[in-house]
Amino acid sequence: MKNLARYIITRLLLTIPMVFILLSIVFVVLRVMPGDPVSSMLGGHAPERVIEQKKEELGLNRPLSIQYLDYLWQICRLDLGESMVFKQRVTKAIAEKLPATIELTIFGILITLFLGVFLGAYAADRRRTVQDYVIRLYGIVVYCIPVYWMGLMLQLIFGIWLDILPISGRTSPRVFASTFEKTGLYIIDTILVRDFSALGDVLIHLVLPAFTLGLVLSGIFVRLTRANMLDVLRADYIIAAEARGIRHKKIVYKHALKNAFIPILTMMGLQIALLMAGAVLTETTFSWPGMGRLLLERIYLRDYPTIQGVIIMIALIVAMASLVVDIIYAIVDPRVRY
Amino acid sequence: MATILEIEDLSVHFPIHIGTVRAVEDVSLNLEEGEVMGLVGESGCGKTTLGFSILRLLRPPGRIVKGRILYHGQDIVQMSEKEILSLRGRKIAMIFQDPLTSLNPLFRIDQQFIETLLTHEKGLHKRAAFTRAGNMLESLGISPERLLEYPHQMSGGMRQRIMIGMGLILSPDLLIADEPTTSLDVIVEAQFLDLLNDLRKQFNLTIILITHNLGNVAQLADRITVMYGGTIAEVGEANAIFDNPLHPYTQGLLSSIPNIKLDKPKLKTMPGSPPDLVNPPSGCVFHPRCPYAKDICKVQKPETFSKDGRLVSCWLYG
Repeated sequence: MKNLARYIITRLLLTIPMVFILLSIVFVVLRVMPGDPVSSMLGGHAPERVIEQKKEELGLNRPLSIQYLDYLWQICRLDLGESMVFKQRVTKAIAEKLPATIELTIFGILITLFLGVFLGAYAADRRRTVQDYVIRLYGIVVYCIPVYWMGLMLQLIFGIWLDILPISGRTSPRVFASTFEKTGLYIIDTILVRDFSALGDVLIHLVLPAFTLGLVLSGIFVRLTRANMLDVLRADYIIAAEARGIRHKKIVYKHALKNAFIPILTMMGLQIALLMAGAVLTETTFSWPGMGRLLLERIYLRDYPTIQGVIIMIALIVAMASLVVDIIYAIVDPRVRY
Repeated sequence: MATILEIEDLSVHFPIHIGTVRAVEDVSLNLEEGEVMGLVGESGCGKTTLGFSILRLLRPPGRIVKGRILYHGQDIVQMSEKEILSLRGRKIAMIFQDPLTSLNPLFRIDQQFIETLLTHEKGLHKRAAFTRAGNMLESLGISPERLLEYPHQMSGGMRQRIMIGMGLILSPDLLIADEPTTSLDVIVEAQFLDLLNDLRKQFNLTIILITHNLGNVAQLADRITVMYGGTIAEVGEANAIFDNPLHPYTQGLLSSIPNIKLDKPKLKTMPGSPPDLVNPPSGCVFHPRCPYAKDICKVQKPETFSKDGRLVSCWLYG
C-alpha cells in the first residue's frame, strides 16, 4: 500500500510537466492560427485605432515570449485568467460546463463497457456461430461510424421518426434546472431534492447522447474483449476448472472474463482521451451544454484563455482517469505491484 | 477386483480443414479398481486426447465419433451435460501438465477450493469448506495459511500439490494425471511421485498416469498401456513389459532409453517419425517404421492378440 501511495504521488507529479508541454503547444498553435480575439470581436472592418486599443487592453501587442511567460506565471498561481471575449472568469465558465460533460461521459463509458464487454464475451463463448458473426459485424460497423453521423442518425430515428426521445439539451424547456441545481450533475441534484419527474426528464435527455458516445466506442471493446476471451478460454486453468465440474457459464463469465478484463482496462485508460474527443462532437450534435461545446464556441471566437483553460482541464481529466485505471489494475490483478 | 472404467472401441476425431485427424481410433481398455495404469507413447499419439475424452473435455472440433466409456457401468459418452458435470471433480478428477498455468491467477487458493467444494456439495457452509481445504493442504505438506495466497506466490511443486489437492478434496475414485511432472525439476518430480503413491493408498485411488517418461511409469504403474498413432500397441503388467516387450514399437521405445550401466557407444533410436493422423498408413500404423513388417502389416490392421497374459496388437503374434 505504501508503494501504491508513492506510485500515485509520482504519477500526479508527472502530470505537471505533461500539462506544461501541452499548454506550450496549444499556446503556439492558437497564435499561429489565423485570426485573433480582437478581430473576431470587432469584425474585419473596425478602425485600426480601435483594434490597436483593444489589443493594448488585452496585452496582445506585447512580444509573444512575454505573453507566454506571463501566462505560465499565471498558471503557476493556479489562475486560469479571464476570457478575452466575455467578462467572465475561465474557471467559472468551466465550472458551469464541466458537470454536463462528466454526466455524459460517465454514462457513455458505462454503455461502452457494458455493451462491449458483454457482447464480446458472449461472441467468444459462441465462437463461429451466427451470434458470433453478427456481433463481430456490429463491432466493426459501429467502430467505423463517425460519432456525429451516429448522433444524427439516432436523432433521426428515435427523435423524429419514432418521436420517443428528445434530441437536444439536458432538460425539457419547461423543466427549470435552477429549481434543483446544486452540483451541476442533474441526476444527483434531482435526487437530492426528490424531484423525480425532473429526474425522469434528465435521464430521458441523456439517452441519445450517451448512447451515441457509448455505441461508437463499444465497437473496439467488442473486438478486444472477444479476442482476449478467446485467448483466455484456451488457458489451462479454464480446462482445469471445467475438469472440476464448474458450470460453463460460471467459467466463462467469472473465471475467464476476469482474466480477459485486464487488457480491456488498459484499453479503457487509453480510450478516455478518445472519449473526450467524442464528447466534443456529441455535445455539438445534441446541443449539450458541456465543455466540448464550450471549447468549440470559444475556438470560433479565438478566446485564447478559455481554450487553454478547457484543454488543461481535459488533460487533467484524462490523466486522472488513467491513474484511476492503474489503481483498478492493482485491485483486479494481484500480480501487479507498484 | 471390480472394473471401474471400460473403454470400448473408442474413436475420437478432429475434423479440420485439411481432413480428419484420427486422434484416437478403435481403442479398448479396461481399468481395475485401485490400479495405476501408465499410458505411455510419444507426443501426438493420442494419450492426452484419450484422457480428455474420459471427462468429455475435448475442445471443438474434437468429438467422440464411436464407442463407449463405461464408468461403473454407466456410459459417459451418452450422459447429459448435468450428469457429466456432477461426475467431473466429484467422481473423476484430472490434473494437468503445467501446474504454473492450471490455477486461475486472479483468485486466491481458498476461493478456488471453496468454489470446487460448493459446486458439488450444495448447502455446505463456506467456513466448513475453508477448513476442509486447509486440512487438505496440511495433508499435502503445505501450511493452511497459504490458502490466502495467490497462485503466483507459490512454487511449481506447491502448485501441482494444490492442483492434486483440489482434485482429491471431493474424494473421487479415479484420477487422470496428464503428464503431471513434465514441468517440474527432477527432485520435485520424485517427491511428487512419492506423494501420488501415498495418496493412492490413502484415497484408494485408481490412477491413469499419462506420460512419455518411462521412468515415471516404472516407479508407479501396475500396468502399462503403450499407445502409438491413436491406437493401442500393447497392454500388460508393468514389469512384464519392461522385461520383455512384445510389440516392436514398445521394444524400440525401451531400447531408446539411455542406460549408463551398459557400455554401448551409441544411443539406439527408432527410425522414422510419428504417423500423419490425417492420412494414417494403411494396415498397421506402425508398419513404415517397423523392422519386422510383413506383407499383411501393410494392408490389414492388426487384431489384438493375447500372449502371456498381455494384449498386443501386432501380426507377429497372430
